[in-house]
Amino acid sequence: MANNTDKNSYTVLFATGMVLIVGALLAFVASSLREKIAENKRIEKQQNILYAMGVNENEEGTVAFVSKDIVAGEFSKYITKQFVVKGTEAIEDANAYLIDIKKEEAEAKNPAYQRRLPLFVGNKDNKEFYIIPVRGKGLWDAIWGYVSLDKDLVVQGVFFDHAGETPGLGSNIKERFFMDDFTGEHILNGDTFKGIDVAKGNADPKNNDKTDNEVDAIAGATITGNGLAAMLKKDLQLYLPYLKTLKQ
Amino acid sequence: MGLLSKKDAKLISDPLLDNNPITIQVLGICSALAITAELKASIVMAISVMFVLAMGNVVISLIRNIIPSKIRIIVQLVIAAALVIIVDQVLKAYAYELSKQLSVFVGLIITNCIIMGRFEAFALANGPWKSFLDGIGNSAGYGLILVIVAFFRELLGSGSLLGFKVLGDSVEKTGVYAYGYENNGFMLLAPMALITVGLIIWVQRSRNTALIEDN
Repeated sequence: MANNTDKNSYTVLFATGMVLIVGALLAFVASSLREKIAENKRIEKQQNILYAMGVNENEEGTVAFVSKDIVAGEFSKYITKQFVVKGTEAIEDANAYLIDIKKEEAEAKNPAYQRRLPLFVGNKDNKEFYIIPVRGKGLWDAIWGYVSLDKDLVVQGVFFDHAGETPGLGSNIKERFFMDDFTGEHILNGDTFKGIDVAKGNADPKNNDKTDNEVDAIAGATITGNGLAAMLKKDLQLYLPYLKTLKQ
Repeated sequence: MGLLSKKDAKLISDPLLDNNPITIQVLGICSALAITAELKASIVMAISVMFVLAMGNVVISLIRNIIPSKIRIIVQLVIAAALVIIVDQVLKAYAYELSKQLSVFVGLIITNCIIMGRFEAFALANGPWKSFLDGIGNSAGYGLILVIVAFFRELLGSGSLLGFKVLGDSVEKTGVYAYGYENNGFMLLAPMALITVGLIIWVQRSRNTALIEDN
């Protein structure tokens, strides 16, 4: 037996067998769980969108979404309209939230392609929210989120998430102390578009000045912060032609 | 311990102190630097590594006699990777929240040198039960160091433990911050994890001089 396992033919046979078995096992697991995972992702998306417009179960310091069981009902209750934005136009589309931002962004590299930009309109306590999905790059991997604005393009709430930022540093973009800072910030400076910068040493750590287009950065997470600011600038700008028509 | 023989019990207790994977075997340092900025992440990582290492050790040990020695490293890697991916997929389907927290670690677990190190050094030469115990012991030793390092880094770097602000609020200047205390942001950076591990090694070797190697 000991000699047998050293033969080249045995080695090739073993490797082939192992690849087949492990490959089949992984394929089986992935395909049998696919639907369940997709459903979880859809629920998460609805929870994230609602979170950005302030429909959540936050207690002090914690991030808590509306629970899984009621999210579908809450989503249709608070999100009154869904649009696909093209330039200054918005076309209603009840399934706009299912648009894959990553795919759209990749397709948009082809100049002939007209990118579909999903926009969600929410209504809570008779106040309108315009919720915009954003997606960009952090230090290690993708970061994304939802920004809700009012008619005057003032941020009403945000939600950020990430695929693999450093725990305790970049991963803090999804913590309350960071996300809450964005509420009330302006994305315009006067009439020009500025986005929101994640600034180091902006001498305003309590974020009292909401018109400076800046929030305080996270120590030790410079690249994630820069990526987040770039993401906001890049994606909010795409909606600007339409958002400006709201302001009038 | 009635359940375990003396020899088996040593498989678990040794890696906790005198044969600790991080401080003595110097395995798994990379992930110890990466994720110890907060306590919660370290605990999640320790539990995940325990699961993968114990399971992987058993699988490797079961097939140890039929693995061709020429490609044994590749076989070990494939088994570790397959285990981690299966666990991640199952969590994504049935415990989505947990899998979100774990996603960062999936890559780190596969490449963790403790996993490969124990497969190679122990599971290839020992039976499944012993390998299982060895996996539990080594991952517990790894987790212990992770938790100690993360405790100090989160406490001194962010002024919190498990996310709770135990030292008061640094912006509002309450608690110890009222007396001029400041968080040391340096603790949050990776080099301080290395220095903290170094301090642990120092303490451990000065308490047990048998661990100091002769040159």
